[in-house]
Amino acid sequence: MADLRVDIAGLHLKNPVLTASGTFGYGLEFQDFVNLEDIGGIIVKGTTLAPRQGNAYPRMAETASGMLNCVGLQNKGVDYFCSHIYPQIKDIQTNILVNVSGNSPEDYVECAARINELEHIPAIELNISCPNVKHGGMAFGTTTQGAASVVRAVRQAYHKTLIVKLSPNVTSISDIALAVQDAGADAVSLINTLMGMAIDAEKRRRILSIGTGGLSGPAIKPVALRMVYEVAHAVQIPVIGLGGISSAKDAVEFLLAGASAIEIGTANFLDPAITVKVAQGINEYLDRCGFQSVKDIVGIVE
Amino acid sequence: MKKHILDLILTRVACLHERYVLLQATDPAAPLPEMMPGQFAQIRVDGNKDTFLRRPISIHNVDRRSNEVWFLVQIVGEGTRALSRLQAGDKFNVILPLGNGFTLPASSDEKVLLVGGGVGVAPLLYMGARMRELGVEPTFLLGARSQSDLLQQKAFRALGRVFFTTEDGTAGERGFVTQHSLLQNERFSRICVCGPKPMMIAVARYAKSVSTPCEVSLENMMACGLGACLCCVEDTVEGNVCVCTEGPVFNINQLKWQI
Ligand SMILES: Cc1cc2nc3c(=O)[nH]c(=O)nc-3n(C[C@H](O)[C@H](O)[C@H](O)COP(=O)(O)OP(=O)(O)OC[C@H]3O[C@@H](n4cnc5c(N)ncnc54)[C@H](O)[C@@H]3O)c2cc1C
Ligand SMILES: Cc1cc2nc3c(=O)[nH]c(=O)nc-3n(C[C@H](O)[C@H](O)[C@H](O)COP(=O)(O)O)c2cc1C
Ligand code: FES
Repeated sequence: MADLRVDIAGLHLKNPVLTASGTFGYGLEFQDFVNLEDIGGIIVKGTTLAPRQGNAYPRMAETASGMLNCVGLQNKGVDYFCSHIYPQIKDIQTNILVNVSGNSPEDYVECAARINELEHIPAIELNISCPNVKHGGMAFGTTTQGAASVVRAVRQAYHKTLIVKLSPNVTSISDIALAVQDAGADAVSLINTLMGMAIDAEKRRRILSIGTGGLSGPAIKPVALRMVYEVAHAVQIPVIGLGGISSAKDAVEFLLAGASAIEIGTANFLDPAITVKVAQGINEYLDRCGFQSVKDIVGIVE
Repeated sequence: MKKHILDLILTRVACLHERYVLLQATDPAAPLPEMMPGQFAQIRVDGNKDTFLRRPISIHNVDRRSNEVWFLVQIVGEGTRALSRLQAGDKFNVILPLGNGFTLPASSDEKVLLVGGGVGVAPLLYMGARMRELGVEPTFLLGARSQSDLLQQKAFRALGRVFFTTEDGTAGERGFVTQHSLLQNERFSRICVCGPKPMMIAVARYAKSVSTPCEVSLENMMACGLGACLCCVEDTVEGNVCVCTEGPVFNINQLKWQI
């Protein structure tokens, strides 16, 4: 048994597998399938200061080896999270992280400040990369100044581990990563979904209600892997890799590219027990190849 | 209800019609879990990049003696075509049971009408079977385009009274289900409907006009089927709710349909 523990800027994970926000609910939706405590960490749904209804249906289109979504951050708001959901998940013996989104820097700050008060939430993932909302979201994540300003503001209000989730819909993701590092991020996670579109040829119209959506699943893996490699070589802070991971082999590739931990998203829809299988598979890989610890393979690919 | 991921083995695949197949499957390892009528399974379709996601398919019947669950599948695209090509002995992966299900009668005084159109008849067979177990005889009103599209007639007849409509008049009364004389001649304590949306809306309108409680089963596009992705939402009086967890069965009063 290899040592699967990793440390992301003070956040201790029992293994490098986290769940990607928006694909694993609050974890409770999956407890019939996996022992949640066997997962390194659970990143819950995107949470905003005020409740949001999200975008209209249809919000999903299947694509080759992937899917588009335009959910648009439907959630009941941070106060509901604190009063109704947090009590149900706080005693799960793993790391529960909240993915924080907003329309303005003030929203992000206020939302982060409220989550800062929750004893059993050791970290937040700041989502400056949602492609499915009109204001905010990705708008902050696509310029170095926008990204830095939100991160700097949240850093003042949030005192635990601050992970910033990056958008791939940019010219140079390394520049954005450097900007958020300088603004005080403890770690970065990437990638969020790639902007895409689906058209119904028979009905001659765009399928998704807002016309565009974010692409996820195996289709985006090579793009994500390249970006993780680039960012890991550019920044000093830890990198969390995601995008299309569906197997332990995929996860190992991200670790080799420079990710200290990985997230699993869309693959949960196909196999709700995939997270623990990937953690086990990483262990098998390390044993088979003679590595003592997962840390020994992070970023070793030239 | 606890959800299970199971590898089922097909015991029988019957082609009912060029566009419909009946899949009967068993779990060789254990008794199948408890399932309610109206609930569904998420079936994995392997081996094609274009059928990436699982496919939601209703529980058509559960046979406890043979430990079988049945699915009635209409071939509309690649995923359902792949399912139709499976053969007895093949293994396939399902997650079940998902969703809420129809309301079962609370007493034997209830007179429940089950209305189905096309492949929407699927969950009604199991509903009828469970009603019989509770000592209530179901009444079925089943509609289709033509005689050959009326599925599982024998199985429905074995459970209760069955009325048909076909659009071309080749079986039962000619027209749509809402035009059937049964609706003029009898009243019911509840109506459960599954079928194409325009049909469900028409039945809901009828039910409302005669003040009969009515439940409909929605078929919104799903990704996870587990309440995690929020892709399958329906706009209801309580805002956007997930059809996969709060439904697929809804009382028509919860919906914002123009009826
Ligand atoms: C709760 C639920 C229960 C269902 N029960 C049954 C059942 O018992 N038997 C059955 O045959 N079908 C059922 N369906 C519909 C079935 O899931 C779809 O027909 C199937 O997913 C289509 O897959 P495909 O790859 O063959 O077609 P695709 O290539 O994915 O699509 C072909 C066409 O079907 C339409 N379609 C795709 N998915 C759906 C959907 N979820 N609902 C309606 N239309 C869709 C598409 O818009 C497209 O026009 C159910 C759907 C839901 C949500
Ligand atoms: C249905 C759906 C909802 C999502 N919601 C969020 C969200 O609320 N916040 C966020 O940061 N990312 C969200 N994402 C993006 C994922 O967390 C992840 O970055 C992306 O899907 C790529 O990973 P994958 O290919 O493993 O799914 C969502 C993705 C999907 C498919
Ligand atoms: S299909 Fe994912 S929430 Fe309903």
